[in-house]
Amino acid sequence: MRKPLTIRIISALDGKAWLALGLFLASTLVVVPILNLRVPEDSAFHVSAYAITLVGKIMCYALVAVAMDLIWGYGGILSLGHGLFFALGGYAFGMYLMRQIGRDGSYQSDLPDFMVFLDWKEIPWFWVGSDSFGWVALLVVAVPAVVAFVFGYFAFRSRIKGVYFSIITQALTYAAMLLFFRNETGFGGNNGFTDFKRVLGANITSPETRLVLFGLTAVLLAATLVFASWLVKSKFGRVLTAIRDAESRIMFIGYNPLWYKLTIWTISAVLCGIAGALYVPQVGIINPSEMSPANSIEIAIWVAVGGRGTLIGPIIGAFAVNLAKSWFTVSFPEYWLFFLGLLFIVVTLMLPQGLVGLWKKLLARKGAAA
Amino acid sequence: MNALASAFENRPEGSDGTEQMGHRVSGDLDLSHGVALYLEDISVSFDGFKALNQLTLAIDAGELRCIIGPNGAGKTTMMDVITGKTRPDSGKAYFGQSIDLTRLSEPEIAHLGIGRKFQKPTIFEQHTVFENLELAMKTDKRVWKSLLAWLASDERDRIAETLKLIRLNGEADRPAGLLSHGQKQWLEIGMLLMQEPKLLLLDEPVAGMTDDETMRTAELFVSLAGKHSLVVVEHDMAFVEKLGGLVTVLHEGTVLAEGDLATVQNDQRVIEVYLGR
Repeated sequence: MRKPLTIRIISALDGKAWLALGLFLASTLVVVPILNLRVPEDSAFHVSAYAITLVGKIMCYALVAVAMDLIWGYGGILSLGHGLFFALGGYAFGMYLMRQIGRDGSYQSDLPDFMVFLDWKEIPWFWVGSDSFGWVALLVVAVPAVVAFVFGYFAFRSRIKGVYFSIITQALTYAAMLLFFRNETGFGGNNGFTDFKRVLGANITSPETRLVLFGLTAVLLAATLVFASWLVKSKFGRVLTAIRDAESRIMFIGYNPLWYKLTIWTISAVLCGIAGALYVPQVGIINPSEMSPANSIEIAIWVAVGGRGTLIGPIIGAFAVNLAKSWFTVSFPEYWLFFLGLLFIVVTLMLPQGLVGLWKKLLARKGAAA
Repeated sequence: MNALASAFENRPEGSDGTEQMGHRVSGDLDLSHGVALYLEDISVSFDGFKALNQLTLAIDAGELRCIIGPNGAGKTTMMDVITGKTRPDSGKAYFGQSIDLTRLSEPEIAHLGIGRKFQKPTIFEQHTVFENLELAMKTDKRVWKSLLAWLASDERDRIAETLKLIRLNGEADRPAGLLSHGQKQWLEIGMLLMQEPKLLLLDEPVAGMTDDETMRTAELFVSLAGKHSLVVVEHDMAFVEKLGGLVTVLHEGTVLAEGDLATVQNDQRVIEVYLGR
């Protein structure tokens, strides 16, 4: 008997994992809103707006980390350009938020301020329709998908692998950053898009809007985790890890690695685009620095720290590194990059399986001692 | 530098738009003239070194052929040409009567029914023995099918049969990387069989096996001949003798001698090549 797909998706996670996921959703959708809105600010249990924005932002990063893990941990392909796909999704949704400002900008024009500044008279062709939520939602998915598919097709067809692939993706995001820095490109130059006022007509700074965006991010992160678990446990996932471990063998038994790599690469890019679109309204700005090479490298570090090849690892890594970052950049701002570099070296040398690997090792040791 | 250059090398794809999500190659294998594989005047050179020099070789349908020859004779390069890994500089390679192998990619050739075992056992070490066989099984290997694939009971039966044949039925759920060297060799042979190939190319299949395993492998190959064509590259003469069948001696990329083992072993040129000049 072939199992229906819904059953297979449900069985992608075990009981404990579903329970953890349920607790996660209950706390992000019910507990946090109550602690934020109903508990008075002077109470120790009050969750501040700052904390919600910070965790919301990190959940976006965690989504990117899961996307990165699919291509790197399972596909064995290290991308150092995932910041590009994140930014593309962010810019697409950012433009929608710019259009939502309407005539409330500094120039009281229908056009976004930066276009008035450039003396443009109308919306350029590529931003036509960006005032429609539906069209922009499509762009958030389609633009990263098309860019990833076209780039990936030529890269994988030419059998570019390993460090060469990493360098080319790094160059790609760098080139895109330089392009977006130009004012004439039509993406707001180095200021990017900011000063958002509304999303779907709702005040973007109100506590309720913030909680909705926070909850939506949590739901999408959970859904991504379930989807990714199903993906890596399907035969597709087994072929993918087989390509990672012995690509020539997989070719000689009749699989074409090109289409497998391209599929996971495109899925990964789309997930990054969605994360970017959720990130921008919560953080309130998108600019070309999201495409800087260092940002993309940082994504790889989250995954390495958490443990690649496990799906929970990248989420743990994204939280651990970013919480450390927000503490460090306040307390010792000048030492953050040194710490990040040190972290990467220590993890690579001492914890090749990341924090998840360390946890498993400790459990095994405890089991052996008992 | 070389690695980068070859990384950018544009590999020719299937001839007539065959390069879609997977591999639909038109034309069935035509064995009507009794020839499974025909190589004609194949030459391959690497930086001036002639790995294959006008090699001509024919393998009959159902035949079990052994290829021997000293190091650098071109045995592995010949397999690379047949499986699409290396494009010959000149010459033709036909599978059956009508399929030109020099124009197809590795997955397309695998799909047509040529299975290859590498010199060094190449299996998926992180996957279980069962999963290794599952991945190799003859089926639609396109992405979409793999996403929704679910093993049917007859497919499970086939995997179980192969597990028994390669004597790994007790190891089905172990990671393949934990197997002994000989077991890995057997697993790779099992993976080949799961592909249901018409032609099997076996590069030193008994390297690292115990004498007992070697003899069992020989029995397995002899039992496979007839249904499949087999080309075995091997140095172990006891094994070659046990297989019987024709022996082809390669030297400097071309056929030096052909015949049964005794004839070949008494050939003066072969003795010179093996004992040094």
